[in-house]
Amino acid sequence: MKMWRHYLVAGLFLTACAGIGARVVFLTVTERDFLQAQGNARSLREETIPAYRGIIYDREHEALALSTPVASVWSDDKRTQWSAKTTRQIAKILELDVHKLAQQQLDAGTSKFRYLKRRAPWAQVQALKALAVPGLNFDPEYKRYYPASETAAHVVGITGIDDLGLEGVELAFDDRLRGRPGRKRVLKDRRGDTIENLAYLEEARGGQDLQLSLDLRLQFFAYSELKAAVAGHDASAASVVMLDARTGEILALVNQPSYNPNEVQTSDYTGKRNLAVTDTYEPGSTVKPFTILAALESGEYNSATPIETAPGYLRVGRKLVEDPVNRGTISLQQVLQKSSQVGIAKVALALPDRAVFDVLSRAGIGEFIGTGLPGEVVGSLSDTNIQNPVVKATMAYGYGLAVSPLQLASAYLTLASGGKRIPLSIIRRDGEPPATQAFDPVHTRAVLDMLETVTADAGTAPKARVANFRVAGKTGTSRKLSNGSYDDERHVALFAGVAPVDDPRIVVVVVVDEPQSAAVGGGSVAAPIFSRIAARSLRLLGVAPQTPVVNTAAVAASDGGAT
Amino acid sequence: MSSQDFVRSLQGPSAVTTNRAGSGVGWDPILVFTLLLVIGFGLTVLYSALGGQETVFKNQLIRIAAGLVVMMVAAQLSPRFYLRLAPLFYGIAVVLVALVLVVGVKAKGSTRWLEIPGVLRFQPSELLKIAVPMMVAWYFHDRPLPPSFRDLLIGLLILAVPAACIVVQPDLGTSILVACAGGAVILLAGVYWRWLMIAAGALAAAAPALWFTLQDYQKQRILTMFDPQSDPLGAGWNIIQSTTAIGSGGLYGKGLLQGTQSHLDFLPESQTDFIIAVIGEELGFLGVCLLLLLYLVLIGRGLYIASQATQTFSRLLCGALTLTFFVYVFVNIAMVSGMLPVVGVPLPLVSYGGTSALTLLASFGIIMSIHSHRGW
Repeated sequence: MKMWRHYLVAGLFLTACAGIGARVVFLTVTERDFLQAQGNARSLREETIPAYRGIIYDREHEALALSTPVASVWSDDKRTQWSAKTTRQIAKILELDVHKLAQQQLDAGTSKFRYLKRRAPWAQVQALKALAVPGLNFDPEYKRYYPASETAAHVVGITGIDDLGLEGVELAFDDRLRGRPGRKRVLKDRRGDTIENLAYLEEARGGQDLQLSLDLRLQFFAYSELKAAVAGHDASAASVVMLDARTGEILALVNQPSYNPNEVQTSDYTGKRNLAVTDTYEPGSTVKPFTILAALESGEYNSATPIETAPGYLRVGRKLVEDPVNRGTISLQQVLQKSSQVGIAKVALALPDRAVFDVLSRAGIGEFIGTGLPGEVVGSLSDTNIQNPVVKATMAYGYGLAVSPLQLASAYLTLASGGKRIPLSIIRRDGEPPATQAFDPVHTRAVLDMLETVTADAGTAPKARVANFRVAGKTGTSRKLSNGSYDDERHVALFAGVAPVDDPRIVVVVVVDEPQSAAVGGGSVAAPIFSRIAARSLRLLGVAPQTPVVNTAAVAASDGGAT
Repeated sequence: MSSQDFVRSLQGPSAVTTNRAGSGVGWDPILVFTLLLVIGFGLTVLYSALGGQETVFKNQLIRIAAGLVVMMVAAQLSPRFYLRLAPLFYGIAVVLVALVLVVGVKAKGSTRWLEIPGVLRFQPSELLKIAVPMMVAWYFHDRPLPPSFRDLLIGLLILAVPAACIVVQPDLGTSILVACAGGAVILLAGVYWRWLMIAAGALAAAAPALWFTLQDYQKQRILTMFDPQSDPLGAGWNIIQSTTAIGSGGLYGKGLLQGTQSHLDFLPESQTDFIIAVIGEELGFLGVCLLLLLYLVLIGRGLYIASQATQTFSRLLCGALTLTFFVYVFVNIAMVSGMLPVVGVPLPLVSYGGTSALTLLASFGIIMSIHSHRGW
């Protein structure tokens, strides 16, 4: 027992060493996987890399929407409280109110996350980074810029704060435009600052660019003319649709009121409706060419067929159909030129019950167009009670059905394209798409020639004329329904036109809602807008001017078209 | 149970070896070589843990160099000198540590420092790590061993007074080390077995009472040891982060400067008390084992030197200094790996901190002096 104390000391010593050793083995071997995962969970993070959204171009490769890098600036108030000087500097760079900023910081207390400014421009971000203020963080993002601003706002649309499409083409083609965000693994320290990018797990893939059928120049003509006209007539709203008569591409699509997509409050819907696509109107007299077309198809009529309109009114059932004056006996062509209600009603009543309805259906009225633009409406065209003379008569002059401006343009495209039904597109096309033959080209040619006389002095829309070009078109003035009956004070003025007549290149529809000027008809409100837009567009498109029409009155006086 | 005297039970071959006092440079190659390895290892890890704070690293280099000089000087002095010096040294140290309570400089919530502004700033409690065992050894060196009950009480008083002064600073870690250093001498002087049993029993019985004398934060630390997850963001944070660091290093570690726990600021006190966690994370199990092996060599060598010394004072002092060193290592690693509550004990010669390195190297100087003067 002499050595017991020696052994005790040595024993305690070895026990302690073994204890430590066992503990370290336990931690590094048994618990290793768990503790490694714990360690990684503290410091490794996956972050998304924002993807570049595709650019939207017009048909001439002019950018309509593009993304620029920005960053959302946020602060971690738990980490730092700024001095008054720093707060001033930050407010100055971010163009924020310094008192508000200071107050927000007070209110935030030690909150770990507070946005100072979302999507700050890159220059501001660089300036802030140079300040090297602790607790300031920057999340890179992309912001959409719309160079065409309000001119193309309704077509191009907007994206939301998360860079996803909310309106227009941005929404309709969001799948194509948006990229796939990438992912990267980063090392972060306790304060949440990124120390190092460790690996790119997935590269951000940019979205595809998109080329629209729009021509920004035509769009601009249409927009500026429409805006001026709406101001001049104090109208509540208005739309213009311009189609390429050969390919069905939408060359211009504008509405009033519009909005600036670069400074948009997503909660504010003023001016955001793409009226040409989403709203319907009773087309009024603008459908008369299709009634005429039904007449030609019946084989009983040609443009010279005399129609008796005396005494200037016609009783159909309990309804009285009236012309402003008694026009007596006029030709079918003159029915259209002068927009005679009595004449067109008589023609429709003499046709088989479904004839007018069939023609309108084949022209696409009441059918979905399918451009993909959000909110596109079908409109309405019903064959209920089609055998009822009142229904037949009113349908013949455009009441009892509803079309959007885009649908009306689509219907006129069948006239301009020689009877072909060409699907519309907001995306640029190469060449002519496959189309179905809806009407006999001979008939549509005859209707076009009759429509040209509408722009003669004797017609309803001499103001639609375009210098050096022969144009065709039809006015329309419909009263608006309110509280179940037609309102004599509130009108919709329409004009649907084709230019040039002999080889149509464009179809233009102008709709002005509730013009407040003295003259509210399509001939005085909508036709001049058509004229100005068509004039500038034809010149820009390089359409060769025809021999100057010296005396348009002569055309009108002749018996209305050669066919 | 018969009493035995550790000192006499370990009769070394002192009579055979020559008395080298006064001839040439006194040093022990094994100790010096191993110490340099530990220091080199420590500086490497510290460099990593400091993460590029060059000036701080240079400070540590200067202190280590100063410590080595002190060690070599201390090694040249005779144990006789230490014996004569002991009461004076102890007296000064106790006065200084008492002075801390009056005019000490406060830092991080405790008052541990004496400062002569612009000249010097140091912890007098560090001196006591040497002064207390020296004094207890001085007291026992010419008394009958094993000590009588009266001598035992006086020995305990010698260590209790300064330990109490340090506890109220508060600095529980240093206080424990000081008490251990003195206690080691008493243990080595040969205490009756039954007294040890009684002391252990009394301590166990008093534990519940002691509990109520602890500060709240100390209670918290003890509770935390048993269940760190109870307050993972507060009291449990340190220990969760350090065990995570050690464990995630695995066998070979993540490599120097590659530790995420330490370099990303998850691990607190990574350059001081918790530096073993950095070693575990960056150099792995093998790194920790290497360091432990070096420590074992130092401790083994220290105990061997103690066994070789012929004089009671030398044997007691050398054994106590070595055991104190061991307590340092054990408490630190046990604390960081979650086996003991967190008390502020640095990892000897590795943790950042000048005074501690200076005292440790000085005590190794004394051990070497004892070795070269083992014949006395």
